[in-house]
Amino acid sequence: MEKKFMNGNEAIAEAAVQAGCRYFFGYPITPQNEIPEYMSKRMPEVGGVYLQAESEVAAIYMVFGAAGAGGRVMTSSSSPGISLKQEGISYIAAAELPCLIVNIMRGGPGLGGIQPSQSDYFQATKGGGHGDYHLLVLAPSTVQEAVELTMDAFDLADKYRNPVMLLGDGYIGQMMEPVVFEKKPSPILPAKDWTITGAKGRKANLVKTLNLDPVILEQHNLKIQHKLQEMARNEVRVEHYLTDDAEVIIAAYGTVARIAKTAIQILRKKGVRAGLIRPITLYPFPYKAFEDIASRVKKILVAEMSLGQMVEDVKLGVCGRAHVRFYGRTGGMVPSYEELVMETERLVKEAL
Amino acid sequence: MVEVSGLERVFSRPKSLLPVVTHYCPGCGHGITHRLVAEVIDELGIRERTVGVAPVGCAVLLYKYLDVDMYEAAHGRAPAIATGCKRVHPDLVVFTYQGDGDFAAIGTAESVHAAVRGERITTIFINNAIYGMTGGQMAPTTLVGQKTTTTPMGRMVERAGYPIRMSEMLATLDGAAYIARVAVSSAKYVVQAKRAIRRAFETQLKGLGYSMVEVLSHCPTDWHMTPLDATLWVEETMMKVFPLGEFKVPKELV
Ligand SMILES: Cc1ncc(C[n+]2csc(CCOP(=O)(O)OP(=O)(O)O)c2C)c(N)n1
Ligand code: SF4
Repeated sequence: MEKKFMNGNEAIAEAAVQAGCRYFFGYPITPQNEIPEYMSKRMPEVGGVYLQAESEVAAIYMVFGAAGAGGRVMTSSSSPGISLKQEGISYIAAAELPCLIVNIMRGGPGLGGIQPSQSDYFQATKGGGHGDYHLLVLAPSTVQEAVELTMDAFDLADKYRNPVMLLGDGYIGQMMEPVVFEKKPSPILPAKDWTITGAKGRKANLVKTLNLDPVILEQHNLKIQHKLQEMARNEVRVEHYLTDDAEVIIAAYGTVARIAKTAIQILRKKGVRAGLIRPITLYPFPYKAFEDIASRVKKILVAEMSLGQMVEDVKLGVCGRAHVRFYGRTGGMVPSYEELVMETERLVKEAL
Repeated sequence: MVEVSGLERVFSRPKSLLPVVTHYCPGCGHGITHRLVAEVIDELGIRERTVGVAPVGCAVLLYKYLDVDMYEAAHGRAPAIATGCKRVHPDLVVFTYQGDGDFAAIGTAESVHAAVRGERITTIFINNAIYGMTGGQMAPTTLVGQKTTTTPMGRMVERAGYPIRMSEMLATLDGAAYIARVAVSSAKYVVQAKRAIRRAFETQLKGLGYSMVEVLSHCPTDWHMTPLDATLWVEETMMKVFPLGEFKVPKELV
């Protein structure tokens, strides 16, 4: 397999094209501009459509229209732009339209900064827009993994008729690494007989989100919840790194998980048996991994580029059976491995 | 129905219009406009490849009345949804149906930029100078001095500015190919309106760019008028601010 040296954003775009994505709608924002730029050149080569919308709001509704029409479609943005898309994401989830939304996170709130961040975790995993829904959220920690998750994302979206978000921080987007593009064969996916193609020889199809009758709306929301429960049974992905003999666990995702691995190697040289649990799916969250580890490891350090968001899910998983400490940097600051070593050592020394 | 032999049937329900009772108030302009759209779809023989995008507004249930594939959009976003659909299926005929709040307030950016791109879609824009669905608040097209539930003393320019003329504004854009303003207040205007709607769809079928028909539509309920007075108000008051006419016609249609 040929290895290519690419930056994360371009690799995500190429992976999407190779996964059959043929429609891209977006609006420029740093640090993800390489995705639309790459798509503007690549889509015409494969007979696809690249369209620079007038705003993120318009872009997400173009995604709504294209997904409703049966297209393999994506959009990408960064934090402030993702905030603008939230209305549309709620409508897309309500109409059960498959698509990929990439968020290459930067520091917020407000216009914030353009440096990497993980402070959109709540927004991505807990709803973001209004109503009872969730996205399937995938969090890569290398460029190679970003490629693989992007390719899987379209199949997952089709399988569950649910929007999928690829949640990376600015580093994942900007970092250059060697990557291999290898698309797994798609599973058998449900037929798209509900899409808008013109009512030729069949009854008219309808893509809608209005349900004025609360009995029907409740049924609809329960149906969505049922899909989410099935996702939680089938799709949880998590990496365990040196957890078998661990006396202390670092929990981190994305770029922070890579920094944590370096910290763990240093800690082990110093005689501290540290391990890592890295959620890859942030929704559905790997609660079970934390429930299990809490039965033998009593100290967990959650490290994030935020002021504490994923830590709440770790606590839910642990459910009081281990001590959970948080360490985070915010605003585009990235925790160093020295900081993680120091925090872990402090936690280990602490009497419970 | 009793068929009387030897007589020619000259009037019937368009095939694209479903045989159901609508939810519109008596005397509302929406129903007339729905029928015109359905007649044009039938006459052009495009029912099986037409896609409608319903707005948020009184016409939100449009999909219950037209027998074509449909989306129901978020408030103001119909042109973006129509764009997404048209880009996937360039051979389909895609139209949006939007009120003035939808098209000219919350969705102005989507409306203007669909026209800027020359998106090959058609918009039927219902200008009734009011927010019908939410109970009669001020619209961007509310006339100066017009009373609404949020301009109880009448729209005052120093507080709420002036009505927006979408047809004139969009006609300045190169991507807009066909732009017309019509009314449905009496038979004469209904005939003109149908012709404009047909030309707008023809513009799309010929791939000439964006097309839009602004329909001055009466809302007796929120104007607090009888249906007859409402149609008169369209003709005597609204038309002074919103003159009828074709603002842009592609040369291929002339
Ligand atoms: C984001 C959002 N804001 C507000 C509303 C409430 N709302 C529904 S319809 C409407 C205005 C309807 O007026 P118009 O578009 O002129 O259509 P009409 O009902 O007069 O036909 C508003 C404000 C909404 N549904 N969504
Ligand atoms: S409120 Fe006005 S626009 Fe709405 S259905 Fe009634 S008459 Fe028609």
